[in-house]
Amino acid sequence: MASETAQPGFWARVQRASVERLHIRLESLVVLLALSAAMALLSPFFLSLSNFLNILLATSTIGVLAIAATFVIGSGGLDLSLGSVMGLAGVAGAFVAVNLGWPSVFAVVACILAGAIAGNINGQLVTRAFVPAFIVTLGMLGLARGLALVISQGRAIYGLPSEIVYIGQGRPLGIPMPVIIFVLTAIVAHCVLAYTRFGRHTLALGDSESAARAAGIRVEHHRRIIYTLSGALAGLAGLLFTARVNAGDPTAGINYELTAITAAIIGGTNLFGGRASILGTMIGALIMGVLQNGLTLLAVQSYYQQMAIGAVLILAVFIDQYQVRKESRV
Amino acid sequence: MTLLSLHNIRKSFGAVDVLHGVDLSVAAGEVVGLVGDNGAGKSTLMKTITGIYRADTGSIEFDGKDILALDPGQRRRLGIEMIYQDLSLAKQQDVASNIFLGREPTKKVFGLFPGFVDKAAMDREATRMIERLGARLPSINRSVGSFSGGQQQTVAIARALTFNPKLVIMDEPTAALAVREVQSVLDLIRRLRSEGIAVILISHRLNDVLSVTDRIVVLRHGRADADLVTSKTNMNEVVSRIVGGGDISAAAAHEQRG
Repeated sequence: MASETAQPGFWARVQRASVERLHIRLESLVVLLALSAAMALLSPFFLSLSNFLNILLATSTIGVLAIAATFVIGSGGLDLSLGSVMGLAGVAGAFVAVNLGWPSVFAVVACILAGAIAGNINGQLVTRAFVPAFIVTLGMLGLARGLALVISQGRAIYGLPSEIVYIGQGRPLGIPMPVIIFVLTAIVAHCVLAYTRFGRHTLALGDSESAARAAGIRVEHHRRIIYTLSGALAGLAGLLFTARVNAGDPTAGINYELTAITAAIIGGTNLFGGRASILGTMIGALIMGVLQNGLTLLAVQSYYQQMAIGAVLILAVFIDQYQVRKESRV
Repeated sequence: MTLLSLHNIRKSFGAVDVLHGVDLSVAAGEVVGLVGDNGAGKSTLMKTITGIYRADTGSIEFDGKDILALDPGQRRRLGIEMIYQDLSLAKQQDVASNIFLGREPTKKVFGLFPGFVDKAAMDREATRMIERLGARLPSINRSVGSFSGGQQQTVAIARALTFNPKLVIMDEPTAALAVREVQSVLDLIRRLRSEGIAVILISHRLNDVLSVTDRIVVLRHGRADADLVTSKTNMNEVVSRIVGGGDISAAAAHEQRG
């Protein structure tokens, strides 16, 4: 179709194509590669297959949470309870397997179900009680963490069955199980968000709730599904974490929502909804993973890593908002 | 043949009564103008037709069916479309996504996985629809938020017409448009009538309403206060019905010029 404006430059066209076709922001890929190159120069240990798998392994839990954050934020919502729900889910699974002594498959179901229930409660409160998502999920952050401590009586639950531990520590073909589960989850989530009606409605909802409503989308129902999905994914993250460390730790996942939301935002998710892609979020999660891994290899104290993540979050939103203001025409 | 018939529609928001028993009927292929002062309840009435609001009491029949209990999606499937004053577009999504929002065609991928949105078919259809409207857009793949007001309007119109509606409700479709664009919207309304599609036109521009409608319904204080045949009325009468009598020559003269 004929354009009325001048032809944009090559870089602008590549950028546009990457957004339209691949649903990713090219800038985040550039940042990831630059960061990796910098780490490779600074540390001789960075560039190796085993370290690469290490990064993926360390990213898998955060990555699954970041997928949840992408759906929720893309729909115009917010889920601050991701880390706590993950902790609660891990404890629930360990409790079922160890304290109740039920078969492992029930423990797996318990993890995901506990997360889904917590997420569903979030969704019910947001859509039926009209409490803002920020408050509901902030409250759930406290509730889920407290419940995890109550169930476990404040102590980690040890002695998981070997099947569960395999989910966290097994290495079929040399690839860690959490990485396999994480990558499969990401592929499915990407297809759902980018190519299904559910995914498109999710973004339309975050873009303009009134437009979605006028289009006949059952807005409240859709939101409840998204919060439930978010909780279920937090439950899966809890399962991966618990299986990896071989313990149901009630303090697992503290502050993880910070990293997960940051990964989603760096990946190009609009903080106010309407634009999101799992592929972008995966790049965001890898940036966080490389950053943490690199800082660890460089023997930077973990306190500083925490500061770095917080700074990156603010910086990413600043850049995004700056671009939105620059591009927007009313 | 009556396509839409509303009987004794009432709607209040908390303590505020907006509609006090509205009766309205629209025949197939008829263009009905809905006019009234600000706050007369025009938009509220239209939203009870599309299902965004649920009427407190009264009945709504469309095409011989009682649609009172149906949600907006179901009413849309029966053939009721609305072009909103604010256009209700998802501004970060592209043209096809907006046109097909809520009714995306799907296909199987690799003959295995069902439920994948058929984006190619959507783009194709969207392009055809835009061309049929005689409009030009910079690119079908750009987010509609980057378009001009007239271009966004085109997308909203295309969305309303793509699924062969029986009734199209237009809420102030010309309010934000340039003169040439206004003419094309009026031409479009005439074309819809010739194709047997009914139109309800809400507008403050009484000249437009008088030039394009078959009937004019005046909403006043939440009631259908007058039902005028366009060919047998004039600006003076319409204005006097809107403001409720009195000396209206000055206001009418103003409208005549406008």
